[in-house]
Amino acid sequence: MATKLAPACRSIALPAPLPLDSGQALDRVKIAYETYGELAADRGNAILVCHALTGDQHLASPHPITGKPGWWDRMVGPGKPIDTNRFHVICANVIGSCMGSTGPASLASDGKPYGMRFPVITIRDMVRAQIALLDALGIARLHAVVGGSMGGMQVLSLAANFPDRVERVLAIATTARHSAQNIAFHEVGRQAIMADPNWQAGDYYSTETSPDAGLAVARMAAHITYLSETGLTEKFGRRLQERDEKGFGFDADFQIESYLRYQGLTFTSRFDANSYLYITRAMDYFDLAEEHGGKLADAFAASRARFFLVSFDTDWLYPTAESRSVVHALNAAGAPVSFLELSAPFGHDSFLLDVPALDRVIRGFLEQ
Amino acid sequence: MSLRPDLAVIAAHVAPGSRVLDIGCGDGELMAALRDERGADARGMEIDPAKVELCVSRGLPVIQGDANSDLAFYPDGTFDYAILSQTLQTTERPDQMLDELLRVGRKAFVSFPNFAHWRVRLALLWQGRMPVTRELPQSWYDTPNIHHLTIRDFHDLLAAKGVKVERCWFLSDGQQIGRWGANWLAQAAVFQISR
Repeated sequence: MATKLAPACRSIALPAPLPLDSGQALDRVKIAYETYGELAADRGNAILVCHALTGDQHLASPHPITGKPGWWDRMVGPGKPIDTNRFHVICANVIGSCMGSTGPASLASDGKPYGMRFPVITIRDMVRAQIALLDALGIARLHAVVGGSMGGMQVLSLAANFPDRVERVLAIATTARHSAQNIAFHEVGRQAIMADPNWQAGDYYSTETSPDAGLAVARMAAHITYLSETGLTEKFGRRLQERDEKGFGFDADFQIESYLRYQGLTFTSRFDANSYLYITRAMDYFDLAEEHGGKLADAFAASRARFFLVSFDTDWLYPTAESRSVVHALNAAGAPVSFLELSAPFGHDSFLLDVPALDRVIRGFLEQ
Repeated sequence: MSLRPDLAVIAAHVAPGSRVLDIGCGDGELMAALRDERGADARGMEIDPAKVELCVSRGLPVIQGDANSDLAFYPDGTFDYAILSQTLQTTERPDQMLDELLRVGRKAFVSFPNFAHWRVRLALLWQGRMPVTRELPQSWYDTPNIHHLTIRDFHDLLAAKGVKVERCWFLSDGQQIGRWGANWLAQAAVFQISR
């Protein structure tokens, strides 16, 4: 497969057990990551990009399973807004995931997959793993940490919990806590997975089957939350799928049905159902203020970084008000913070799509 | 790059190293000058996203927000100076805006176009229509200036609120002029105020 940007795909084993918020520790942690661009002699040009719920380390190189371009290929590369001619860009698969970092499909010490024996992790645990990776790479201080959605949660958590490790903090389309509505949608997805008989209490790795039907429904429900109503109407409306009339049955009559089914189906080929359970749980547990005595401003008290938050006007998953509450907390903490609500039609997914203003402000913020 | 005359006055009188909030900071011209020439820690608020974008690209910390509502989220006394240039007359409640300025800032700079300038007075007297001048180029129906005021009006409001005038400057064609006859002769005024 030809890549215009050859990443360094690597994996490391952490030298020590990773302490977790649950009180447990995770042994023999492996972290799969990619890097792009040269690390400067002074190690001062590193940018950590944190991926979203179903993302991975394949930031700007083709996905090994789907063959599709990296999830932020449009943003990261030579001459692109996150310019790999200038910056050493690192992206690691979060723990709990299934693309090479330790997760529920990994083998426990007894040689069998963890399954539901995998400890429940949090966003802060993911960040601890990212920091452990930076330690292993000898990067004391990041030029910037960047991420959207769950990546943005890690970004905020890193800034709050490891304030000495980063100079610029860029959090896009994100929140400092999961709302009841956010948790509700995730719970629908988890219940869909757990209701699939093939889930088998998470112990399906040794069987021929996996809870693909449940995982597909979870993905379908979640996918709706990533789009805007106007976006859906524009793209699909009430148009029928390859037919002239309604079928008076339960096939995918409408284009939107067909689209969602396809999204659900393709997702199961690249994602592990248990990982989906664990990562959505981590997001639901995320409440940065709660971690810091109930006051969000206190979370950022020790930070000396410059912050930039970006939201999208059609994002109803993590709406602008969520970003604003982070901005107000940063103001109260006296942190230098910029905030911009961009107009884009794509809903929450706008951060991944063609929004030229996002490209411009990311470049501007990182290069200053 | 030369600053707009009222901004130049403000830039020249902000104490070095101050913490400053520029409300309605536009493309960040004043903030950049304060940062580069006065070593100030300048923060901004601006409602126009295109201008916020410019500021971020210049490395200036600017929040997209509406001064009418979003100043409430700053704690008391966060800044040495709150700056409101050529914006007071566009706010929903200028009197409440003054209170907010002097809550978030220990001192404030306020500049505004003087509606009692002789050209404005003559235009209204002779034409009987809302004046359209170089400083106030919009028609009555599309102007953002919903609360026109004069230098005398501003003095009265400050007096009624018990706000102290520390210094004031009057500008005609970009030049500073004296206090005498300023309410006739000045197109714009700059006030440094405190409680």
